[in-house]
Amino acid sequence: MKYVLLFCGRTPQDAARWEAMSEEAHAQRDARVGQWFAEYRSKIGGAVQLQAAHATTSVHFTADGRPLVTDGPFLEGTEVIGGYAEIDVADLDEALQMAKTWPAGGVEIRPVASSDRS
Amino acid sequence: MQESTHDETHAALSTVFREEAGRLVGALVRILGNFEIAEEIVQDALLVALERWPVEGIPAQPGAWLVTVARRRAIDQLRRDARYRDKLAALEYPVAQEPDDRLRLMFTCCHPALSRETQVVLTLRAVCGFTTAEIAHAFLASESAMARRIVRARQKIVQAGIPYRVPRDEDLDERLGEVLAVLYLMFNEGYLASGGSAPARRDLAEDAAWLAAFVTRLYPREPEALGLLALMRLHLARVEARFDVGGELILLPHQDRSCWDRHMIAEAVAMIEQAAMLGRPGPYQVQAALVACHAEAASWQATDWTQILALYDLLLQMTPSPVVRLNRAVALRYMAGPEAALAEVEALARDLDGYHLFHAIRGELLLELGQREQAQAAELRALTLTGNWAEQSLLRHRLSSASAE
Repeated sequence: MKYVLLFCGRTPQDAARWEAMSEEAHAQRDARVGQWFAEYRSKIGGAVQLQAAHATTSVHFTADGRPLVTDGPFLEGTEVIGGYAEIDVADLDEALQMAKTWPAGGVEIRPVASSDRS
Repeated sequence: MQESTHDETHAALSTVFREEAGRLVGALVRILGNFEIAEEIVQDALLVALERWPVEGIPAQPGAWLVTVARRRAIDQLRRDARYRDKLAALEYPVAQEPDDRLRLMFTCCHPALSRETQVVLTLRAVCGFTTAEIAHAFLASESAMARRIVRARQKIVQAGIPYRVPRDEDLDERLGEVLAVLYLMFNEGYLASGGSAPARRDLAEDAAWLAAFVTRLYPREPEALGLLALMRLHLARVEARFDVGGELILLPHQDRSCWDRHMIAEAVAMIEQAAMLGRPGPYQVQAALVACHAEAASWQATDWTQILALYDLLLQMTPSPVVRLNRAVALRYMAGPEAALAEVEALARDLDGYHLFHAIRGELLLELGQREQAQAAELRALTLTGNWAEQSLLRHRLSSASAE
């Protein structure tokens, strides 16, 4: 079986708590993340860290199928993630062009901060 | 005398910032490839200028001065980042300009992946060279909240990969629409000044009109850009007549029309005709035509209400909105009487309950129909809903004269 693990991002409150923590605590946490990836290396196809939520752009579709671009994340209330695709394009306009032609619902565009392909 | 020298310095500063800031930010984004750093560097230099120029006088070559200061301070700040430092060290005045620098910058700041208000804020900062304090003043926000907003917006541009270029042809309509919407909002924010009584150093409305003129020069065959510029000019041509010496708002029926700039009005009307010849009507063109009906009327009594009502109907087809319907109801008052107008206004109660002009207009119509108590309640509600000093003063005046009758 193949699975996708979706890691929860930081809420603004989490972010504030994170900022308040010492550099040492940050380093410890980063080290634990590194250990986790090392331990499961053989089972992980690839992993990415995403940029903060405020760097997100979403494409919604109106009732008549017109794409609407908005600032910010997509998921709210009852919406769920249906899948994902990693893309490599020149800039946000190119990503938007792809998202606007996606034929099966809304798309959230999250920039990747760093990626680890093993 | 002191006062006028002060004002003159400020007016000169505004002109220089407007001319130089966007051009410099644009060139630096292109050279450094990083919006965040480029914008920060230029803002930093502007703040130094704002401190020193009023004392030392504006330098003969303000652009060169800004580049020198920007380079020196930026090299200092970016000491550890060799990529940017070397590029900055090579920076000389005049910075090699590309004709599209400022335009690209506008498209970046008005990218649809940014919220509308953020687009306006970024355009004011990066393209027009407003300081954070000035933007905070215009939006009645605290300076620290505005600073946070700007930092996030700049980060988003860099992290999300919002490009610095003129959009492809197939996207141009949509993207130009974003730019025009930003300029319109910026103009209204300055012209109607939704709050605050303290005079600002810079007038958002003038900067918006200046940028609209810039856009029409680059896109002379875009009728909506022409329509928007005409709309702005028609308002600016009559700005002198809007306030009395005490700063009180004078409504259109009572304005002294001899103070209107007839030449500017005629030019704007010619622009509307030029736009119409391109054969692609749109909301800005219709709004400009509406305002032109008022601007061309010799007196309030001579207003062509038939034409105005027809234009509102057209505008409603293009952009069905409760505010447009409210304005249409005002025109209807002069065609069909206060009762018919009030019925239209009442139908908008649910949509416009939080909008001060809904209550002000409703109050006026009720008063005309002799329903004094209800009228007063409506005007009181309008008063609590507006943050604008001049509008509050007008409403208070109306309330006190109504109760004195």
